[in-house]
Amino acid sequence: MIAERWINWIVLLGFVVLPLWALFADEPFTITLATRAVILALAAVGLNIALGIGGLVSLGHAVFFGLGGYAMGILAHHAQTYAPLELGPLVIEGTKSMPIIWVTALVTSALAALVIGLLSLRTTGVYFIMITLAFGQMFFFFSISWSAYGGEDGLSIYVRNDFPGLNTLQPIQFFGLCLAVLCLALGIHSRLRTSPFGLALNAARQAPERVETVGLNPMRLKLLAFVISGALTGLSGALFADLNRFVSPTMFSWQLSGELIVLIIIGGVGRLMGPVIGAALFVALEHLLGGLTEFWLVWLGVILLLIVLFARGGIIGILTGKAGPNV
Amino acid sequence: MSEPVLATRNLKKAFGALQATDDVSIDLRAGEIHAIIGPNGAGKSTLIAQICGGYRPDAGTVHLAGVDVTSLSTAERAQRGLGRTFQISALAMEDTVLENALLGAVGHARKPWRLWGAVERDRSLRDRAMEALARVGIADLADQITANLSHGQRRQLEVAVALTLAPKAFIMDEPMAGLGAEGSKVMTTFLDGLRSEAPILLVEHDMDAVFALADRISVLVYGRVIATGSVEEIRNSREVREAYLGEEA
Repeated sequence: MIAERWINWIVLLGFVVLPLWALFADEPFTITLATRAVILALAAVGLNIALGIGGLVSLGHAVFFGLGGYAMGILAHHAQTYAPLELGPLVIEGTKSMPIIWVTALVTSALAALVIGLLSLRTTGVYFIMITLAFGQMFFFFSISWSAYGGEDGLSIYVRNDFPGLNTLQPIQFFGLCLAVLCLALGIHSRLRTSPFGLALNAARQAPERVETVGLNPMRLKLLAFVISGALTGLSGALFADLNRFVSPTMFSWQLSGELIVLIIIGGVGRLMGPVIGAALFVALEHLLGGLTEFWLVWLGVILLLIVLFARGGIIGILTGKAGPNV
Repeated sequence: MSEPVLATRNLKKAFGALQATDDVSIDLRAGEIHAIIGPNGAGKSTLIAQICGGYRPDAGTVHLAGVDVTSLSTAERAQRGLGRTFQISALAMEDTVLENALLGAVGHARKPWRLWGAVERDRSLRDRAMEALARVGIADLADQITANLSHGQRRQLEVAVALTLAPKAFIMDEPMAGLGAEGSKVMTTFLDGLRSEAPILLVEHDMDAVFALADRISVLVYGRVIATGSVEEIRNSREVREAYLGEEA
């Protein structure tokens, strides 16, 4: 069995070596694939805070992914059309600056997560899953009917947004930027998990009545986790939209929420690199099997089934011989 | 007589037609162990849930250190000094023994919103947690996964978590359950010493432990307190023997 920290470093190293190889082998598409995996991993790392530590099975995380995407799309759209965004008396100029877009995506998603969390966390179990799904569908159908920003057809952005000091049009530079953001998110997850907050949140998942009897409020703990989780997933949405230079209602779709959960389960729920391994496998299968058959998701389903039946700790669980971070 | 640390006044709770607690008034005074005994279904668990905030009473009040806490949540009551153990262990089973004790320390220090810095490296939290584990005799199990503990060890950990809170009053729901003869003896000695720190409201089926520990005993039958008194008074009460011990008068 391999120690988990070694697996973590090997996976990260893979995410450095593969794109560098692609750069020297002149395979820009591989870099784009790796970027896609990194961004999906970031979205799932966000969800993993709520799901893995807090036990919140959210089937509505596409809301935050979509909000991040539309934050980017709307700001960039107004920048490329030179028409400011008018919200009543408030006039906001569009921007092509990634840091500004990221902050907007983070704040928008966090606020949405706060409101959705306040309402959803009054329920547990299957009701929580259903209410988060309902919010997801609400945003999905709203975006379809939002004709000002493309409605069902979505919104195209002609040129990738800027980041100071980088040429983001270069695939390897944009990849490096996304990887740096992912590493930051992994650092946040790692720190949170071992902090007093992480300890209390993890206990709130396992024994909420115990958490209450030590004077803590499990719902507030879960709400903060949901907000942090939503914000990170929102940030990934902005990057995803920038990768494709396109946003559409599919970013709000419940299938996407489901895929994020699948990525985490395949990699290992609650494990630091679980979402990263899940995302890498997902993108690899999508690319390798997607070329052979349009029904490639069937094979992903088979893998998921095998893991759920025989390896509760996901791929990391198989490699470490431990079903959870401790056991 | 000094003001009771914990007091219930005319507590009532019904579930449909079933009156689980009916006009229950009990006091817990400083330095004492007050045992609540009664047959299964007498309303002991409902009473504890009402005291700790799990159930809102239909009528009546709960006072902790002279303050009416009836409308407060479980967490708020814990913050005001109510420490409890559960009849069925409520612990984070995937976590280590130390992590469970640290949770109590985090609650006591009101540090749940610290998002940075490893909890196990916080000296004050760790010391408090380890001290509590040492006091109940399971410090050597600190790194064990809680799910791997025996039933008796989990009972000890329950008590340790409550200790980390340094409460004004303990509510202990069957702390002897599953301990075995030797473990029960050790726990009895431990609780005996603990009463000087904070009074204990003890719900227990082990009558030897109850008679050895209790300063006062209240007998609950069909949701009503039918008698309160010293061990001798309860032992000699004809009403208690008839209603609870099942003896003919």
